[in-house]
Amino acid sequence: MSFNERLDQLVYLFQNFAFARYALIVGVAIAFCSSLLGVTLVLKRLSFIGSGLSHVSFGSTTIVAAVAMGIGVENFQNNIFWVLPITILCSIWLLLSGPHSKIKGDSALAMLSVGTLAIGYLFMNIFPRSANLAADVCTVLFGSTAILTLGSKTWMVWLCVGLSVAVSVVFVLFYNKIFAITFDEDFAAATGIKAKVYNMILAVIIAVIIVLAMNLVGALLVSALVVFPALTAMRVFKSFRAVTICSVIVSVVCSTFGILLSAMYDNLPLGSVIVAVNIAVFAVFSIIGLVLRRG
Amino acid sequence: MAQLTCSKLTAGYEGKAVVKNISFAVNAGDYLCIVGENGSGKSTLMKTLLRLKSPMSGKIEAGDGLHLNEIGYLPQQTVIQKDFPASVREVVLSGCLNGCGLRPFYNRKEKKLAAENMEKLGITNLAKRCYRELSGGQQQRTLLARALCATRKILLLDEPTAGLDPVATAEMYDLIAELNKSGTSIIMISHDIANAVKYASHILHIGGQTMQFYGEVAKYEL
Ligand SMILES: Nc1ncnc2c1ncn2[C@@H]1O[C@H](COP(=O)(O)OP(=O)(O)O)[C@@H](O)[C@H]1O
Ligand SMILES: [Mg+2]
Repeated sequence: MSFNERLDQLVYLFQNFAFARYALIVGVAIAFCSSLLGVTLVLKRLSFIGSGLSHVSFGSTTIVAAVAMGIGVENFQNNIFWVLPITILCSIWLLLSGPHSKIKGDSALAMLSVGTLAIGYLFMNIFPRSANLAADVCTVLFGSTAILTLGSKTWMVWLCVGLSVAVSVVFVLFYNKIFAITFDEDFAAATGIKAKVYNMILAVIIAVIIVLAMNLVGALLVSALVVFPALTAMRVFKSFRAVTICSVIVSVVCSTFGILLSAMYDNLPLGSVIVAVNIAVFAVFSIIGLVLRRG
Repeated sequence: MAQLTCSKLTAGYEGKAVVKNISFAVNAGDYLCIVGENGSGKSTLMKTLLRLKSPMSGKIEAGDGLHLNEIGYLPQQTVIQKDFPASVREVVLSGCLNGCGLRPFYNRKEKKLAAENMEKLGITNLAKRCYRELSGGQQQRTLLARALCATRKILLLDEPTAGLDPVATAEMYDLIAELNKSGTSIIMISHDIANAVKYASHILHIGGQTMQFYGEVAKYEL
C-alpha cells in the first residue's frame, strides 16, 4: 500500500468509526496529564516511580482478577476500581517514605516493583484468565496493541478523560506549592507550608496518572511517557513554567503522532510507537539545546 | 519576651542526641552566630529550631509577636537544586507562598514584594536567568531574596558563604549586616570565626556535643 492510500484509510477510519476518535481523545487526555508531573519526578529522583507503580498495578490487576475468578465473577472488567486505590496507597507509601527514611526511595521502589511484577506473573500462570497467556501478559506490559482496544469501551473513555481533567485541575491549583516542595522541601516546610499534605496530593496524582498511562503504553513503558517530555523540555527551556508548558505540548504532539502512525500501519504497536516518537523528539531538542548553548 | 527562646534543647537523629542542653534567646535585632567544628551539630540544631524535626527534649518558644511561619531560611546547598529548571524570579516568588494559604496563585502584592527583594539584593537583572546557571554568590543572593519574601522578622542562615570566593563572601556578610541594621534578626551558622566575631552581636559555640559558650560577642574568647 502506498503512503497516500494509507492516509486515505486513516481519514476513512476516523470519519466512520467512533472507537478511533475515542482512542485519540483518550490518548491526548492521558498524554496531557501524564507530562504534567514529569519535571517533579525527574527532580525528586523518582523517574522510576512510574515503573514501580505500574508493576504494582500489574500485580494487583492479576491478583484482583484471580480473586474475582475464585469467587465466580466472570468477565471481570472493572478492575480499575480496585487497581487505582491499591496503586494510590503504594504511591503514598513510596513518596512519604521520602529522602530521610531508612529504605531510600530507589531501593524501596526496586523492591516494590520487582516484587509485584513477580507475584503478578505468578498469579497469571496459576490462574490463567484466557487461553492466550502470552498475549495477556504482552498487553499489560506493552499497552494496547492497537487503538481498537483503547477506544472500544465507552465508560473507560469517559473515565480516562474525567480523571485526566481532574488531575490537570488539581495540578494547576497546586502548581506553586508543587514547585516549592519540589525545589526545596525543607524551606517550604520551614516557612509553614504543609509539605506532607502536598506530598500526599502529589502521590495521589502520580498514582492516577500511572494507572491511566498504563492503558496507553503499558506497564513497561509508563516511565517513558511520564519522563521523556519533561527531559525533552529541559534540554531547551530554563524556567519551571516554560518546561511544564513545553513538556505538555511535546507529550500531546508525540502521542497524537504515535496514535496516527499506529493506526496507519498495522504492525506498529501503539505504546512502543509513542515512546519511539518521544525519543526522536528528545534527540531533536538535545541538538537544539546544544546549538543554543554554543551560539 | 524574646523572639525565639530555646531552653535545655537536645536534638539528634533517631534517638541519638547530636547536641545536648542548648539554651539561648534571640531578641529582635540580634545577630547570633553559631560556630563550631564540621559535624558538631549546627545544622541539626537549626533544623530543630525550624521544626523540620522535633526536639528530643527541651523547648523552643516563639514570642514578641513572631509567628512560626514568619521565619526565613537559607539552607545549606542541597544537590537536588543543581539541575532544577527554575528562573530566579520563580525561586524568589516561592518565598511568598507562606502568605498564600489556600489561594492558588500569587497576588500583585506578593509579586511586588518579590521584585523589591530582588532589587534589594541586586539580582533584578537576573530575574529571567536559570537558577542553576548562576554563580555561587548569585545563587545565595537568590535564596536570600526568597527568605526575605517569607519574612522581615528573623532569618536563619546555614553557612551562607560556603563555597563563595572571598569577594562574594565579603559582599554576603555586608548584605546580611545591612539587613540586620534594618531590623531583621539573624541566626547564622558559620565556621568562619573571624567574620562571626566581626559582625555578630552574640555567639553560640557548639563543641563536644554541647554548648561551649553562649553570650555577647565581647565576652567570647577566641
Ligand atoms: N539525616 C541524618 N541522619 C542521621 N545523622 C545525621 C543526619 N544528618 C546529620 N547527621 C549527623 O549529625 C551530626 C551533626 O551533623 P550536622 O548538624 O550536619 O553538623 P554541622 O552542620 O555542624 O556540620 C553529624 O555527626 C552527622 O553525621
Ligand atoms: Mg551544616
